[in-house]
Amino acid sequence: MKAARQVALTFAVAVLTATVACGGKKPPVARPAPPPPATPANPPSRPPAPPEPVSEPTIVPPEPVPEDAISAASLDELNKNSPLKPVFYELDSSDLSATSQKTLDDNAALLKRYPSWAVTVEGHCDERGTAEYNLALGERRAIAARAYLVSLGIPANRVRTVSYGKEFPFDPGHDETAFAKNRRAHFVITAK
Amino acid sequence: MTKFILTSALAIAVLAAWPHAQQPPQPPPPAPVPQQPSEVATTIEGGGGGAAPRLAVPDFIALSPDAETAAIAKTIGEVLWDDLNFEREFAFIPRDTYASIPRATSFEDVPFDRWRELNADGLIVGTVQKVGTTIKVEMRLYNVRSRQSAIARQYDGTAANPRLFAHTISDEIHKTQRALNGVARSKLTFDSDRDGERMSGTVQNRSIKEIYISDYDGANQRRVTVGKTLNIAPRWSPDGRSIAYTSYRRGGANIFISNIFQGTLEEVTKGERVGENWLPAWSPDGARIAFSSTRDGNPEIYVVNRDGSNLRRITNHPGIDITPTWAPSGTQIAFTSDRTGTPQIYVVGADGLNLAKRTSDGYCDRPSWSPAPYNEIAFASRSGPGFDIRVIDVVTGVSRALTFGEGTNESPSFSPNGRHIVFTSTRSGKAQVFTMARTGKDVRQITRTGNNEKPDWSK
Repeated sequence: MKAARQVALTFAVAVLTATVACGGKKPPVARPAPPPPATPANPPSRPPAPPEPVSEPTIVPPEPVPEDAISAASLDELNKNSPLKPVFYELDSSDLSATSQKTLDDNAALLKRYPSWAVTVEGHCDERGTAEYNLALGERRAIAARAYLVSLGIPANRVRTVSYGKEFPFDPGHDETAFAKNRRAHFVITAK
Repeated sequence: MTKFILTSALAIAVLAAWPHAQQPPQPPPPAPVPQQPSEVATTIEGGGGGAAPRLAVPDFIALSPDAETAAIAKTIGEVLWDDLNFEREFAFIPRDTYASIPRATSFEDVPFDRWRELNADGLIVGTVQKVGTTIKVEMRLYNVRSRQSAIARQYDGTAANPRLFAHTISDEIHKTQRALNGVARSKLTFDSDRDGERMSGTVQNRSIKEIYISDYDGANQRRVTVGKTLNIAPRWSPDGRSIAYTSYRRGGANIFISNIFQGTLEEVTKGERVGENWLPAWSPDGARIAFSSTRDGNPEIYVVNRDGSNLRRITNHPGIDITPTWAPSGTQIAFTSDRTGTPQIYVVGADGLNLAKRTSDGYCDRPSWSPAPYNEIAFASRSGPGFDIRVIDVVTGVSRALTFGEGTNESPSFSPNGRHIVFTSTRSGKAQVFTMARTGKDVRQITRTGNNEKPDWSK
């Protein structure tokens, strides 16, 4: 009997630990699983044990606390320091480098974890292209990033695109450091 | 004569009504910044040499004693000098020598002998008189040798915009003396972030852009849109009463038309599944608009009626096709395509047939087809780190550079007589609108506040 109780307690603690440990990755609305009933499976050869009164209070995490900073943040806060990282491009190019693909892999994982999110992929260009052609180049960049996300299983209707050409440089400088920052697909979370 | 007076009075009255005709609920437009475009004139072209008539353009004579009339008389004289000088059809007796000559007080006491001593061929004398709430301006162009007037005109209008009297007189003189359509009454439009207003929404601190207009010389700069978003790449309708542009007010890019005298807005591209829509260009008759759209998957050129009906696709290629411009005949469209790898200028029939590649430089964009009598396409061409304006002869395919690496130079557009080009340049720091002669000379800075880009010249 004591052994059975020991097993039950260990199991409950394990479940709790697991719940806390993976709390950061749970969907925002899910509440932690309640402790399992204190009746572990007994060998069928033995008679069922009588219900064991639980002498210790069950630890329940405070309920209204959100699970993580990301799901707690407002759209404004999210987009100011977005968990979705931008993707950068070479001059006059919309090709996705290995680094860019890795970034998009991470972004796709986040989008899968928060399936209610809708995002807009903004295509941006540096000032070394013309204002007019850059509108289309930015669109091509945004489309490339979106297509990659969709290929990873993100539903197409969650990802919109828009091109701003070179109208909104992230870095107002006129050197390669600035240009490199400005050739990007930028992710904006539009719904959560 | 009477008819002409009525016409110009009407034109002046229409222009005077502008502040009331803008789109509500527009805040008061920023006060126009008076600018003397000659400040930044650089190279002066040789002109007609000895053949060009030498004109003297003294200040007009104020017949009413008040200070306002005196100021108007002075303004008209100065602006008229600039307007006439802009076309390089005349040589001018320098203004600083006029002080040596007794000022006339009417048409009756013009000191022709003294003007003749300064070697003037022509002399413009004008009077300004207050009549109730309007002003009356009389102008005569005298042949100094014969002392006879070649032109005599009278104009009535409000005192709200004295420059318009000068512009009207200048166009009249060019028309009658040189058989030239002057551009003094033409206008520019461009996009600008000068007001420093910020984009609403959840993204970074981003400055919106709005559409502005100005006189050809940069005077009377006014804002004509209130989108709180990106409104860019404006184009004048051929009748000068509407401006089509690319607006992000619906989220994505779409084509809008602002009727700037009625204060109304038209949506050319609307509805679901229309994709991104950029860079409208009016057909010469004003009935249709060419633009680029991703509605079928990637940027292609389309032509649509002004009201959004009768959409026709002109190009069909997986590359980017963008930045259309119409030939003056309305039968051809030039545009930019990167179908061979880099952006180049192509020409296609307005029916989508007879596609021809016209440039093979490194990177070309924003073609702008000149009006007659020239048959040229101006465009931005990459040259080193930035762009320069080039012009290609449509028939011979020979091209020439108009700018030479002073900043980056983009987005050329021809004046209605084809003799001038307005463009964007970073030569003075931020992106600003400049004009230059079609030779590349006589560069003048039009804007000075904020970034001002993608200009277009009225037709």
